[in-house]
Amino acid sequence: MSTADHAHTDVNRRDFLFIATGAVAAVGGALVAWPFINQMNPDAAVLALASIDVDLAPIAEGQAVTFKWRGNPLIVRHRTKPEIEAAKAVKMEELKDNVARNANAKSGDLATDENRVVGGKAEYLVMLGVCTHLGCVPDGANPSREFAVVEGATKTGGWFCPCHGSQYDTAGRIRKGPAPENLAVPQYAYLSDTKIRVG
Amino acid sequence: MSGPNKYQPTSAFGKWFHERLPIVGFAKDHMLDFPTPKNLNYWYTFGGILAVMLVVQIITGIVLVMHYTPQTDLAFNSVEHIMRDVNYGWLLRYMHMNGASMFFIAVYIHMFRGMYYGSYKAPREVLWMLGVIIYLVMMATAFMGYVLPWGQMSFWGAKVITNLFSAIPFVGDSVTTWLWGGYSVDNPTLNRFFSLHYLLPFVLAALVALHIWALHVPGNTNPTGINIKGPQDTVPFHPYYTMKDAFAIVVFFMFYALFVFYGPNYMGDAVNYVPANPLVTPAHIKPEWYYLPFYAILRSVPDKLLGVIAMFSSILILLALPWLDTSKVRSGNYRPIFKGFFVVFAIVCVALGFIGSKPPEGSYVIWGRILTAYYFIHFLVILPLLGLLETPNPLPASIADDVLAKKKPMMLAPAE
Repeated sequence: MSTADHAHTDVNRRDFLFIATGAVAAVGGALVAWPFINQMNPDAAVLALASIDVDLAPIAEGQAVTFKWRGNPLIVRHRTKPEIEAAKAVKMEELKDNVARNANAKSGDLATDENRVVGGKAEYLVMLGVCTHLGCVPDGANPSREFAVVEGATKTGGWFCPCHGSQYDTAGRIRKGPAPENLAVPQYAYLSDTKIRVG
Repeated sequence: MSGPNKYQPTSAFGKWFHERLPIVGFAKDHMLDFPTPKNLNYWYTFGGILAVMLVVQIITGIVLVMHYTPQTDLAFNSVEHIMRDVNYGWLLRYMHMNGASMFFIAVYIHMFRGMYYGSYKAPREVLWMLGVIIYLVMMATAFMGYVLPWGQMSFWGAKVITNLFSAIPFVGDSVTTWLWGGYSVDNPTLNRFFSLHYLLPFVLAALVALHIWALHVPGNTNPTGINIKGPQDTVPFHPYYTMKDAFAIVVFFMFYALFVFYGPNYMGDAVNYVPANPLVTPAHIKPEWYYLPFYAILRSVPDKLLGVIAMFSSILILLALPWLDTSKVRSGNYRPIFKGFFVVFAIVCVALGFIGSKPPEGSYVIWGRILTAYYFIHFLVILPLLGLLETPNPLPASIADDVLAKKKPMMLAPAE
């Protein structure tokens, strides 16, 4: 074997070792990195606190009650007839976001008033009080405040986010302002006629 | 250029040590003998002021941690415990809290000084970009620190700012959940912010070391913007600038003390003395004053994702500044038209801060949009065109000539 051949083989062998070592180190690095990244995701204790039961019976018509669910405010509103009528009268073309955003609806369902509630119970609107813009709590429970959404001459109530001025109608759908989506309706089911389990 | 004197240890131990670790010689070259332009004015002292403020923040921060509890049920009360029970706790906390504001006042002056005198131009682009990175890390550190007292503004500031990441298409929600460690800002969020708030100042210290390293390769700029041509243009850093910086630091400390002792909450928000409540957003939510211009830019764009992009771009555009300014003349002193635009830009930044402090209603929205547009036009249109169109004034032959020219009237005055 000539000297030139020797050099040639050595370089090849070194290259192989270099690439193989590098590849193993890269895979090892990724495997080590994952626990350090994933530790920041919600832990078992946070996940365990994921559901609450809400009794709807004490909530009077026109009243909204806020519960704490998964660290966020959960708005349960017993809507009045005019509020429901106003929400039903809105055409899909008028909506900024026409997707239901209801964890209980099928994906692709439109944001009709029926699709914003569960089991056809239009009087109870259950949704997260988390503005879809940057997460503030939209204000709506106070009956003395100005109506957030005014359709023509009808004042229809709704929610107003004090942070950046997003306005939601009586079905919690975004109508004006920077928020991109309707207020999220979480997964919930009726345990009885006046009792729901959220989460 | 004479350059630094070679360090000659005098003692036997000094010689022995120098051969093994030449740190004393290094310090002498870079902290004492470093040749510095002789014409630096007081705007150039803010780098030294910033270094001292970082040390103040680290020292006060370390002792505050000895009394603070990063837990949602206890954090607010532990801060009140510092204020009422801990010996001099009120002083240490007010020093830390106002120190953050002082840090930003100094960094903004330092940045505007760099922009006026063209300190970002070749060969100092990397020095400038390191500065922008330092500024970004400073903002992250201050934001996480503000969350720790767990008041209403802490909580809602944290919620709004972390929600900025939910604007990222497709993965936004997963990213925010990951940042929070839950479905909302809560105890896991407070814990990790505390951990990072303790870490980042040391990262800052390392970045500052790189910043000074990058500064000491070409040396300082100066108000004339022309390069050092010989030893007649420079003085050694010590005692000339150690003294000048020390004087400026003392004056700055007096200004700082004015706030610590007579207006400790002047720059804060009273709502942050209400404990955090995840179910109620305060009526007027706004960030600390040093973020207000960027907050105004965020709110001026009526779309969530585009608003977030505009806000981050307004800071990241600074990284491109060395290439956006096409003028070959460094110092604004010799650029008659640039001078005017620089003043307008500074006023626009302050006005954006004012808009950011107001609710997003009526004419504030319109003005916010106009000023946001101007902010970007300054960088993307005015600076590139100005370099091509403007005729600069003649530059002095050297730093020494410029200094002597300014002294002339005094030299001609009759002797007394």
